[in-house]
Amino acid sequence: MYPFSFQRADAADTAVDALAHGKNAKLLGGGTNLVDLMKQGVERPSELIDINRLPLAEITELPDGGLRLGATARNSDTASHPLVRTRYPMLAQSILAGASAQLRNMATDGGNLLQRTRCYYFYDTAYEQCNKRKPGSGCAAINGYNRVHGILGTSAECIATHPSDMCVALAALDAVVRVRGPRGERRIPFSEFHRLPGNTPQIETSLRADELILSIDLPKSPYAEHSHYLKVRDRASYAFALVSVAAAIEVEHGSIRSVRIAMGGVAHKPWRAEAAEKLLIGKPANEGSYRAAAELALVNAKTYEHNAFKVPMAKQSIVRALTIAAGEQA
Amino acid sequence: MSSATIGAPYIRLDGRAKVTGAAKYAAEFKVSNVAQGVIVTSTIANGKITRIDTTAAESAPGVVTILTPSNAPRLPKNGEAGVNPPAGRRLQLLQTADVHYNNQPIAVVVAESLEEAYLAAALITVRYQVDAPKLDFEAGFAEAHPGKNKVPPMLSEGNVPEGFESAEVRVDQVYTTPMENHNPMEPHATIAAWDGEMLTLHDSTQYIFGVKQSVAKTLGIPNDNVRVLCPFTGGGFGSKGSTWSHVVLAAMAAKVAKRPVKISLARSQMFGPVGGRPQTHQHITLGAKHDGTLTAIRHDCYSHTSMIEDFVEPSSSATRMLYEAPVITTSQKLVPLAVGTPTFQRAPGEATGTFALEVAMDELAEQVKMDPIELRLKNYAEADPTSHKPFSGKHLRECYKQGAATFGWSKRQSAPRSQREGHLLIGHGMATATYPANRSQAEAAVRFEANGRVTVISGTQDLGTGTYTIMAQVAAATLGMPIDLVDAELGDTKMPQGPVSGGSQTAASVTPAVQAAAQQAVLKLVTLEIGNQASPFHNLQPDELDFKGGKLFRKAAPESGIAFTEVVKRNNNQPVEAKGSAEPSESTEEFSQHSWGAVFAEVSVDETLGTARVRRLTAVYDVGTLLNERTAKSQLIGGLVWATGLVLEEETHIDKVTGRPVNNNLAEYHVPVNLDLGDIDVAALNIPDKNFEPLGARGVGEIGITGAAAAIANAIYNAVGKRVRELPITPDKLMA
Repeated sequence: MYPFSFQRADAADTAVDALAHGKNAKLLGGGTNLVDLMKQGVERPSELIDINRLPLAEITELPDGGLRLGATARNSDTASHPLVRTRYPMLAQSILAGASAQLRNMATDGGNLLQRTRCYYFYDTAYEQCNKRKPGSGCAAINGYNRVHGILGTSAECIATHPSDMCVALAALDAVVRVRGPRGERRIPFSEFHRLPGNTPQIETSLRADELILSIDLPKSPYAEHSHYLKVRDRASYAFALVSVAAAIEVEHGSIRSVRIAMGGVAHKPWRAEAAEKLLIGKPANEGSYRAAAELALVNAKTYEHNAFKVPMAKQSIVRALTIAAGEQA
Repeated sequence: MSSATIGAPYIRLDGRAKVTGAAKYAAEFKVSNVAQGVIVTSTIANGKITRIDTTAAESAPGVVTILTPSNAPRLPKNGEAGVNPPAGRRLQLLQTADVHYNNQPIAVVVAESLEEAYLAAALITVRYQVDAPKLDFEAGFAEAHPGKNKVPPMLSEGNVPEGFESAEVRVDQVYTTPMENHNPMEPHATIAAWDGEMLTLHDSTQYIFGVKQSVAKTLGIPNDNVRVLCPFTGGGFGSKGSTWSHVVLAAMAAKVAKRPVKISLARSQMFGPVGGRPQTHQHITLGAKHDGTLTAIRHDCYSHTSMIEDFVEPSSSATRMLYEAPVITTSQKLVPLAVGTPTFQRAPGEATGTFALEVAMDELAEQVKMDPIELRLKNYAEADPTSHKPFSGKHLRECYKQGAATFGWSKRQSAPRSQREGHLLIGHGMATATYPANRSQAEAAVRFEANGRVTVISGTQDLGTGTYTIMAQVAAATLGMPIDLVDAELGDTKMPQGPVSGGSQTAASVTPAVQAAAQQAVLKLVTLEIGNQASPFHNLQPDELDFKGGKLFRKAAPESGIAFTEVVKRNNNQPVEAKGSAEPSESTEEFSQHSWGAVFAEVSVDETLGTARVRRLTAVYDVGTLLNERTAKSQLIGGLVWATGLVLEEETHIDKVTGRPVNNNLAEYHVPVNLDLGDIDVAALNIPDKNFEPLGARGVGEIGITGAAAAIANAIYNAVGKRVRELPITPDKLMA
């Protein structure tokens, strides 16, 4: 492990200050991903700023009926929070579908957004090529073993996927990420938080290097209560998604009033299927409609040597997740 | 307290030490002034190191020494001492600049702390001359060779053309199993400490005497100069049966550093340098009559090996003894690839071979419209069909019968896709399990202590399997004493010699030696007493005396007698100890020795998403006497758990450009988690096999993984009507 200095921040301002003035500084939340990557030699921060003492661990109701998840709230506390469970069931489901109980007890909500890809070629520094680790070095995955890689929004520079389950639900819920930097606070819509790889796959989010996540705000919504998170994986627990779907749907008199669909395991970011959502508005809430939406959601999919199965798997998963989310709504 | 009984489900003697952390594993021993070694491995699969730059690493904080091919101590015969497997393997000991596989050891960094060693290791830069690595298994079939190995390359019984010509139905299919890595919970680890010319090794191993011999020979020092200690092994499954490079490298580094050196492999280094299960390609042809009678069995296997050593995964071995057929023909061929040398992995051969054979039998049962158990009974081998010897013990019929009854086999729907629960299709399947019964020569000692306790000692290993417990149990039962008064010691080459803990042979090899040692120790008590004027038994004949419950007494007066502590007292307070040994008798050669079992599986398959889950497994085994019901069943269950991983999850993926294992960690290399497992119901017939060994016990370490993969695969077929012949059966292969 490369040497680093360590300090504790007691307030958001001091954390931001330390981040802005530090040399290659990183914030330390639960450490479940960062410390692992430091051991691998992938992350080499010179300074670690521990933010676990910041007063950001609360989960509070917002005046408009939404919910604010503090950046250092633990994943397990979030998943078991009564308001999360009742108002945003698929958020709780998505968190519980990820990692292990031990990891969820440590991992923070803010940190979950900043997880880095599990692409083999990124994680193991023995590979010369990885445009994330060494911009310009190439992508070993494109011609390598790419069963777990992306099928949507990939580029010639990177086909990695975002590993989070929670973020797939957050994308479907139109969450907003509240951040603070040296110039104050700003709000980033979730769809703009993570980026597609393009030709700069090393830049994974729109969070600036000197910004701290304060909270993730969930708006009140008519569909969130009727939601489902479906994860398909190689074993029943403790495996990253081959494909996952977060679906929320509001049905009135048999027709779809509002709907949200996001997919995990398919792209460099949690993938919102917006065209498919639009297609469904006003349509009858039945399998035929869901199939048509699923087809549209994957129409631009591009597959690689080992991951063509993800296209039909994603389609089936969309249909299944929408069916479960719609449930018994009239 | 009542005296111990063979078979009783005593809890593990070492259980408390393990759960409280008191049990010390190899890397946990406190050795004064120990430095931390880290192995640097290659990032190419084939070529030569042209330059290793250690300049930055040498000036990094805490660095003690760095060994590379340019400065490492030269070993006799370039480190190829020629010790036979399992103990000795072709090692990578920095004697040449050649690279034969990705992740091969190419340097050792020794530093004051683990963190400093890792940092220095990261600062080393290596330049290579890169040659194209051979990585395509199937492309190598044309040039495959039988290998220099004791496994016969090709064996044929009967008139092969006739056997297939007389067949009325035929199954002709290829089954494949992937490359796998063992991943015991405890990665391999060694602490090497020199005291002058004497070397002490704390090593995580399945074979302390093998380590002693191969390290001594490789370093060119007398065997007696090496002592190996291993009181606990955190799982081995075959990967710790051999002495791999890091053990010798630790000794070399300690010599150079002039202080003890500890090397603990990183999880990623478990993929390549310490073996794994080779991938197999198995072509099976079954010929049969319409009534299910087999006329011929052909089983041709390819498995990969490395470029530097031949290792055969003998997948066809069970085919040679499982079913009666006039023609049985098998072959084994090797495809050398630029990967780490494969090795023994739990039931090497039988685990992969029974998958293929038992799925083929399921396919045949469907063709001839027979119940799968009926088909197997139709072709039941009463004697070994190729060696023609009688079996030492075989109660497989009872296994089928009892297993079918417990499982509820009669309720199975033989037509695929007959049972549906919402999105799930439910299926049932069965298969036969089998594994050879092995034993070899072993020694033990039993000591009567002054404090009234008994110590039983053998230089064997406990891989988490229960060796400590069954040693104490057999000693206590032999002496007619409670198990609570017996302590067991193992894992030190200063102790009487035990064999490799491989091939499921520890129990059947060591416990007869323990029994013999206990009898010898009693004889020694008797001899001391009858020769001692102060003894009430002075001048009696040995056969007038007996020992039970810690007391020596006259057979004529069993109520009287003296505690053995009195004998010890009269022996100048010196504990009374005797050695015993046991080995297979010549008569055992008259038998074909195997264990048996029947495995039944119920699975659910989400047809649209492709996910298969094992809901329940029922298995009934004929493994001879159970020495300890709890530890024996625990091993059988462990085998079934691994079989679940074998059939559904496990696979090492190799990058086809660099030859590097891509999923070299436990997040991406999938073994079963609790949620993958349903109810597991294990029973054993507990019928002693005295033709095999005096206690009638056959080993239980490996049979659990055999057959079960096929039972699950057959259940999946029964559920969905789609036959997947390539393991693992992941969702992408099953998805509608």
